[in-house]
Amino acid sequence: MELWFSEHHTPDVKLSLRVIRQLYSKQSDYQQIDILDTAEFGRVLTLDGNIMLTERDEFIYDEMITHVPMAVHPGVRTVLVIGAGDGGVVRELTRYNQVERIDLVEMDEMVVDACRQYLPTNACRLGDPRVNLFYENALKYIRRCENQYDLIIVDSNDPFGPSEGLFTREFYGNCYKALHEDGLMVNQQGSPFYTEDANAMQRSHKRIANTFPVSRVYQAHIPTYAAGYWLFGFASKRYHPIDDLNAARWNSLGLHTRYYTTRLHVGAFYLPAFLEEMLREVEP
Amino acid sequence: MKLDQSRAPIHEALERFRQMRVVPFDVPGHKRGRGNPELTEFLGQRCIGVDVNSMKPLDNLCHPVSVIREAEKLAADAFGAQEAFLMVGGTTSAVQSMVLTACKRGDEIILPRNVHRSVINALVLCGAIPVYVNPEVDRQLGISLGMKREQVEKAIAEHPNAVAVLVNNPTYYGICSDLRAIVEMAHRAGMLCLADEAHGTHFYFGEGLPVAAMAAGADMAAVSMHKSGGSLTQSSFLLIGPGVHAGHVRQIINLTQTTSGSYLLMSSLDISRRNLALRGRQIFQQVREMAEYARSEINAIGDYYAFGRELIDHNAIFDFDSTKLSVHTLDIGLAGIEVYDALRDDYDIQIEFGDLGNILAYLSIGDRIQEIERLVSALAEIRRRFKKSPSGLLSQEYIEPIVSASPQEAFYAEKESLPLEQTEGRVCSEFVMCYPPGIPILAPGERITDEILQYIRYARAKGCQLTGPEDPSIQSLNVLK
Repeated sequence: MELWFSEHHTPDVKLSLRVIRQLYSKQSDYQQIDILDTAEFGRVLTLDGNIMLTERDEFIYDEMITHVPMAVHPGVRTVLVIGAGDGGVVRELTRYNQVERIDLVEMDEMVVDACRQYLPTNACRLGDPRVNLFYENALKYIRRCENQYDLIIVDSNDPFGPSEGLFTREFYGNCYKALHEDGLMVNQQGSPFYTEDANAMQRSHKRIANTFPVSRVYQAHIPTYAAGYWLFGFASKRYHPIDDLNAARWNSLGLHTRYYTTRLHVGAFYLPAFLEEMLREVEP
Repeated sequence: MKLDQSRAPIHEALERFRQMRVVPFDVPGHKRGRGNPELTEFLGQRCIGVDVNSMKPLDNLCHPVSVIREAEKLAADAFGAQEAFLMVGGTTSAVQSMVLTACKRGDEIILPRNVHRSVINALVLCGAIPVYVNPEVDRQLGISLGMKREQVEKAIAEHPNAVAVLVNNPTYYGICSDLRAIVEMAHRAGMLCLADEAHGTHFYFGEGLPVAAMAAGADMAAVSMHKSGGSLTQSSFLLIGPGVHAGHVRQIINLTQTTSGSYLLMSSLDISRRNLALRGRQIFQQVREMAEYARSEINAIGDYYAFGRELIDHNAIFDFDSTKLSVHTLDIGLAGIEVYDALRDDYDIQIEFGDLGNILAYLSIGDRIQEIERLVSALAEIRRRFKKSPSGLLSQEYIEPIVSASPQEAFYAEKESLPLEQTEGRVCSEFVMCYPPGIPILAPGERITDEILQYIRYARAKGCQLTGPEDPSIQSLNVLK
């Protein structure tokens, strides 16, 4: 018997993975949560049928969304992580001794529970004493925060479902307010390749660029995401993502990574011509 | 409710009709969409396939005897009315049918000034004369309130020959007059009581909400099912009590209503009525809770005032519809209309309206908490980015109209067009509305004063949409010769 999971990247394109067995399937108050064991990509977490992460390629995403800002900001102590209930971002953050507090705001407690049970390599550090879990709407949480974080990492789902509120101008504005005067925000910014994704990426870039004085985009190659080609947003009140990269300091920490390097860090901000043009179109 | 409210006769008839695959040699000419593939692609085959004409199995809106009649009976039962009429020309047509039923040429009708323009339009049609009751104005919020009992009593005493009293139940902002008392006063004086319930559909299905017109004993009510009730835009109900003759009302409706009633609109009324009858209580309980939550979150931001039931004074604000989410914005230094524009332009949030001092977000059957969070967060951001000192902002004042001619007389009279500045002291022959909320600044037959001209200039400068006159830029007005 052959069992295949498919995700449509557009109505006319799909990615299919051969499934060995389904480990978990539950409907939460917010979404359908599934964990599959697949032949090529190991365990896979899907929400409403969209791949969130696979064991095989999650390191690319989690390293790039975490180490890029950590190598730029000279002294991150307080971090707010939004979404990311699987724990991958938290796992990377807890590798830094300088970090004193990690607040994780995840809407859906069932995602965290499912990942703790079936994706222990991601969720392994959620019990770290510096980590505080808040199960609530991130827009509501952040409305009450002012000048209290060095770094905000927005690890959201795509902008067409329950995470839509995390791609809005009101959300980015509230993030700005919640950051210290030299704070910075990194977010997953979707893919620029297929038209619908590209439009959403442009809309959110426009909103960030209108909110933060520094707003840049960087890229990574993630096989299971749409077009295998993914973007992150780097928004900052003071630091420039390349000029303020302190490679020597980061390398002296001796963190072992599989995707991120300080050389790749610089290269990731050099974008193809079509993408530069798309971003320029919406920048103020 | 005595009838089986799980039925939806028009909907059921359309489903049967769909399966019969009848060959159409009648209108509409798109023939189930085949003749207009682009429209079919846009609206969908299921939708356009039931855009059909009146015929025996589907009844006829002008003279209903079968499925439409059954749907009317079910609606009357669900709303506690003697009779209900399906309306396809919007609540405007329901309001006009009420006025045309109650009044004829020369009759007086008692109304609050903050009536919808459709009421005054009906007076232009029938030639009745308005007797305005000054609504109280809340000084802090700058909004007009309900009619006080003693004001209605005074108007009735001064105009004993008036034929009807019209009441907003509630106003756009959710404010209710003492409808039961007004019904009693009107009936004692031999007048009908008419209720504009454009914003009150849910009163029939909620707990902890103001009294609905039929329950209060009103004679007629115009109910916008398409607002809080969830049916398609332009569909509405006209309800009547036992004191009005149903056959006469049907004749009045047929004077102005289309003979090609849309089955999309009628089936949407039928299905929405069923939904409200079966699940309305629970739905509006949720809406009320969401509105209360939004109010508490908005008030926690600071400077905004999302007002609620604390306003109730048992007279001019006899009751408050707590599903309404109105927010006073002047204390952040922005006019409501400016916040309304910022929400749309910067945050992709479309709210119902902004006036000079307030905004109104319309909550209903279709809302979810995540959108409420967006609205609240956007308001917090607007305050952070744009807050300024509130000086120099004029709030909305009630301007007492001076009625010099009946709306009909003024509308049809000999007139001339004058630049706005030269119109002071003249009698206006047209409407000037600040839209929304669509309450007249000037109606046909009213004298133009300096105060009114100032208000028009201010509203225009603040970006309110002013409508009504022949000259869309409102640089000039038509006045009586």
